[in-house]
Amino acid sequence: MASSSVPKGTPNFPEYQTEEGRLKIFGFWVFLAAEVVLFSTLFATYLVLADRTAGGPTGKELFEVKDFMIETMLLLTSSFTCGLAVLEMRKGNKKGVFIWMIATLAMGLGFLGMEISEFVAYVHEGATLQTSAFLSGFFVLVGTHGAHVTLGVVWISLVLTQVAKRGLTPMTCRKLFIGGLYWHFLDVVWIFIFTAVYLTGLI
Amino acid sequence: MSEQQHASAKHHITGFVLSLLLTFAALFLALNTPLSVGLKLTVIIVLAVFQMLVQLVYFMHVTEGSKIYQIISFSYGIFVAVCVVAGSIWLMLLNGMSMY
Repeated sequence: MASSSVPKGTPNFPEYQTEEGRLKIFGFWVFLAAEVVLFSTLFATYLVLADRTAGGPTGKELFEVKDFMIETMLLLTSSFTCGLAVLEMRKGNKKGVFIWMIATLAMGLGFLGMEISEFVAYVHEGATLQTSAFLSGFFVLVGTHGAHVTLGVVWISLVLTQVAKRGLTPMTCRKLFIGGLYWHFLDVVWIFIFTAVYLTGLI
Repeated sequence: MSEQQHASAKHHITGFVLSLLLTFAALFLALNTPLSVGLKLTVIIVLAVFQMLVQLVYFMHVTEGSKIYQIISFSYGIFVAVCVVAGSIWLMLLNGMSMY
């Protein structure tokens, strides 16, 4: 598969074997850099407004250590299983890819379920998007991350149906690898939400 | 080849263990130590940055493929992000205190 046009030093993995694959993976890194900037604006807004609770509930009153730790563990573990899925993909083990990717998506759905019930609980406690600048910033930042996770689950499910139909080709491997990059990136964003929103809110 | 694959499964487990350690260290420091608020914030931010590096290196394979271009692009995104976040906090909270 490795033709003479493959540059020296290119890893001997299926997703890098075509020029299209290499360019699209690099292009995705550029997209992730833009996502970093998008999230940075939401973090900046939240952090500047975090003290503006307008008499409404504060982070200290709302955040439950157990709940956000379970969310964090689900995402961290799903990032690990997603990494294992990419490993299996590189070994050409289609079954392994499905096992680990489905585990990843299940944990992603578990995370979304926890987050939705967390938001619903907040709204019942009178903490809505309109209550204070702090909560507007909170729901927009954490909600944007949640929307990304939702998109990630749908996207990776679609890529998996393609893998089921076409097998592990350089093209489907590239799509799986890029889907994996997106998933790990969402974990990186969550780490900063965990640190800047939840832990900082409780200090 | 099987040797290499074995090493890379180990690589992922190392990454996972490191990310768990960093998460619990941050939680413990933030909630159960008598450090000052400023010190706690500094330490948990440093831990988060390490956590990001673990994801990038162990799971996202940033050092593969178009290595140098990927690292430059992503680093530039981080640079802009730091300017936006630190700049906003500096301007609105630290420098703008007298306005309110």
